[in-house]
Amino acid sequence: MRRGGDAQCQIGTMTGLSIQNLSMRFDLPNGSHVQALKDVSLDLQQGELLSVLGPSGCGKTTLLNIVAGFLAPTEGQIVLNGHQVHGPDAERGMVFQKGALFEWMSVRDNVRFGPDMKGMPKSESAEIVDHLLDVVGLQDFKEKMVYELSGGMQQRVALARCLANDPDVILMDEPLGALDALTREKMQSLVLKLWKETGKTIILITHSVDEALLLGERLLVMAPRPGRIHKEYRLPFADMGVGADLREVKEHPDYTKTREEILNMIWNMEEEIMGRTEESA
Amino acid sequence: MGQIFTDLGGELITLLISVISALPYLILYVGLILAAYFLYMQVKRRLSPVRDYTSLKTVTFGDESAVISNKAASVISIVLIFVIWGAFTGSALLPKFLHAPGPFVGEASFTYTVEAEGGQTADATVSVLVHEVGEKPETPVVIENSGSAKNDALVVQAYRSKLLRWDANDEVTRKDGAKIVAVDGQPIDRDTDVEIGFGRVALTDKGTLNFEPAKGWQMESIWLPAPESVWKRLISVSQDGYQNVTLAEHLSYSLFRVIVGFALGAAVGIPLGYAMGLSNWFRGWFDPIVEFMRPVPPLALIPLVIIWAGIGEQGKIILLFLAALWIMAIGARSGVSGVNITKVHAAYSLGANKRQILRHVIIPNSLPEIFTAARVAMGVCWGTVVAAELVAAEKGVGKMIVAASKFQDTDIVLMGIILIGIIGFGIDMLMRWGEKYLVPWKGKA
Repeated sequence: MRRGGDAQCQIGTMTGLSIQNLSMRFDLPNGSHVQALKDVSLDLQQGELLSVLGPSGCGKTTLLNIVAGFLAPTEGQIVLNGHQVHGPDAERGMVFQKGALFEWMSVRDNVRFGPDMKGMPKSESAEIVDHLLDVVGLQDFKEKMVYELSGGMQQRVALARCLANDPDVILMDEPLGALDALTREKMQSLVLKLWKETGKTIILITHSVDEALLLGERLLVMAPRPGRIHKEYRLPFADMGVGADLREVKEHPDYTKTREEILNMIWNMEEEIMGRTEESA
Repeated sequence: MGQIFTDLGGELITLLISVISALPYLILYVGLILAAYFLYMQVKRRLSPVRDYTSLKTVTFGDESAVISNKAASVISIVLIFVIWGAFTGSALLPKFLHAPGPFVGEASFTYTVEAEGGQTADATVSVLVHEVGEKPETPVVIENSGSAKNDALVVQAYRSKLLRWDANDEVTRKDGAKIVAVDGQPIDRDTDVEIGFGRVALTDKGTLNFEPAKGWQMESIWLPAPESVWKRLISVSQDGYQNVTLAEHLSYSLFRVIVGFALGAAVGIPLGYAMGLSNWFRGWFDPIVEFMRPVPPLALIPLVIIWAGIGEQGKIILLFLAALWIMAIGARSGVSGVNITKVHAAYSLGANKRQILRHVIIPNSLPEIFTAARVAMGVCWGTVVAAELVAAEKGVGKMIVAASKFQDTDIVLMGIILIGIIGFGIDMLMRWGEKYLVPWKGKA
C-alpha cells in the first residue's frame, strides 16, 4: 500500500534499499541504556547480496529487525524503492534461523501462505508453489507436514515460502546457522543459485566467516558497543561460486587472505570486549 | 492453640499406628509383585527371546526410553486385584482352594459350668447351629440331661452374635445367685472371653452368655460384595433401574452436565484466555480474578451454588462451568503466549494482517495447549459432577451411589465407583484420541 506512494514520500534512491543514519538505543529499567546501533548508513542496489558479519552484540540482528520493520529505530530511516519503511510488509521477506515454519500446515500450505494472505486464487498459487518446490528440490514432499522434514529441508521450505511472495528484499537471519556442515554447504550453493536466478536484493546475517565470504557480494563487518560498520568489502567469490564448487572457491588465494584478515579483525574485537568487561568487573 | 496441637498429635499417632499395622500387608503385596516378576522372567527365558533394539541396550537403569510398560505385569496386576477381591468375598468365580477361610457355618457345641450359691457346680451343653444369611433353619434338638443345668440350643446367623439366657430352663438361676464360671473348662468372667474352636463366648454384665461364631478372613457382603454380585447388580440396575431411575438415566444426566458445563466453560474460557494473551488491558483486568479463582477447588463452591441456584440442573451446570472456565482460560492464555515470535514475525513479513495472524498463526499454534487444558478440565468436571451429585441431586451416578450407601447396598456403590472410573478413563482416552487426530503437530515444533 505504501509501495509507489505519493510524490512526498519519494526519498533517496529510486530503486534499492537505503539505510540512512540508523541509531538504536535501548533504555534499560535500571536507568542505563545500550547503544545497539550508532549512525549506520548503507545503500544497496537492487539485486545486491550483502552479508553482515560481526561478534555477538554488534547489533546485526537489530539492524535486520529494523529493516524488516519489527523495530522502529530511535534515529534515522530505511528507504526502500523511494518510500520510507514503517512496520513489516510483504515487500521485505524474511528467512529465520529456525522455528518460523507453521507446523500445522503441509509444505505446500506453508509455501503458499503469502499468496493466500493476499487472496491469490489457489489455481494461480499452485503454479508458483510447484515451481518453487522444484527449484529447492522438494517436489516430492509437497504433501508432507513440515515436522516430518529434516532441518535442511525445513530451511528449503522457508526459502521457497519467502520467494513465493516475490519480495523486493530478502532478509536472512542466520538462515543456515542450525544446519550441519555438509547440509550447510549445499544450502549455500542453493542460496547463490536463487540469488542469481531471482535477482533479489538479499541481506544475510551470519556468524560464519566462510559463509559471509562465499555468499556476500558485499561484506559488512560490524563492531560492537556501539554497534557500527567497521569495514566493508566488495568480493568476487559470490559470482565465482554461482554454478561452481564452493570448495574450489575457498582455495582461491584472495579468499584465504581475506579470510585471515577478517578473522583477525573479529578476534581483536572480541579481545577488546573481554578486556573491557574485565576492567568494568 | 496448644489444645489443637495435642489433638492433632493424637490423630497423627492413631494414623501412624494404622499405617504400621498395614505394613505387613503392603510388604506381602510387594512380595507378590516380585514373585510374579521372577516367575515371568523364568517363563520368558524358556520361550524364544525377543531381539529388539531395547533388548540390546546394556544401560537400561536410568534410561527412560528403555522403560516400557510391561503388558504382562498389567494383566497380572488386574487379575490379582480380582483374585484378591474374590478370595476375600468367597466368590463363586474362584475355585474353593483360593478362598480365604470363611466364617464358621454348621453345627457345634460347647459346655458351660454353672456354680450355684452353695458352691456346687453343674455342666450343660449348648448345641450351636450357625447358618448363612437368608437361611431359616430349625433349632437343633436338645438332648435332655439330668443335673441342675439343662442343655440349651442356639441358632446364630454367620457374622452375627447371640445372647444365651442359659438359666431359662435350668434349675439353678441367676436369681438364686448361680453364675457361670467356665466354658469348655476354661474359666470365664466379665473381663475374660473364652475362645472356642468355632467362635468366642463372652459373659455379659447381666451374667448371660454371648456367643459370636468365628468370622474367618472373608468380608461380609455388606462391606465388600463379591465380584459376581456387583456384576449381577449392574445387570439388574441397567434393566430395572434403582429406585425407579434406570442406570442409563443416571449416567446420561451426569454426562449431560459434564458436557454442557465443559462446553460453556470452554466457550467463555477460550476467548477470555485469548483476550488475556493478546491484550495488556485484558491481562491486567482478569489476571487477579483468574489467579484467585484457579486455586479455589470447585467443590468448595458447591454450598454457595446450592444457595444461589438450588439443587437443579442450573446449579450443577454453573458449578461445572466454573470448574472448566479457569482451566480453559489459563490454557488458552498460555497457548497464545507460547507462540514463537519468529512465527508471528514471519507471518507479518509474508503480508498477513492482524486478523489473518490470529486465524492462521495464533489459533492453530495454541490448539495443543488448549487440548491439554481440555483434558484436565474434563477430568476435573467429571470429578466435580460426581461430588456435586453426592451432595445434592435427584439423578446422576453420584446420587445413585450415595442413595445406595444409605441402604447399605454396597454392591451398587461399588458398581457406581467402577462405572465412574471407566467413564472418566473413557473420556480421557477420547480426548487423547482427538488430540492425536486434530493436533498431530503437538510437541513436534
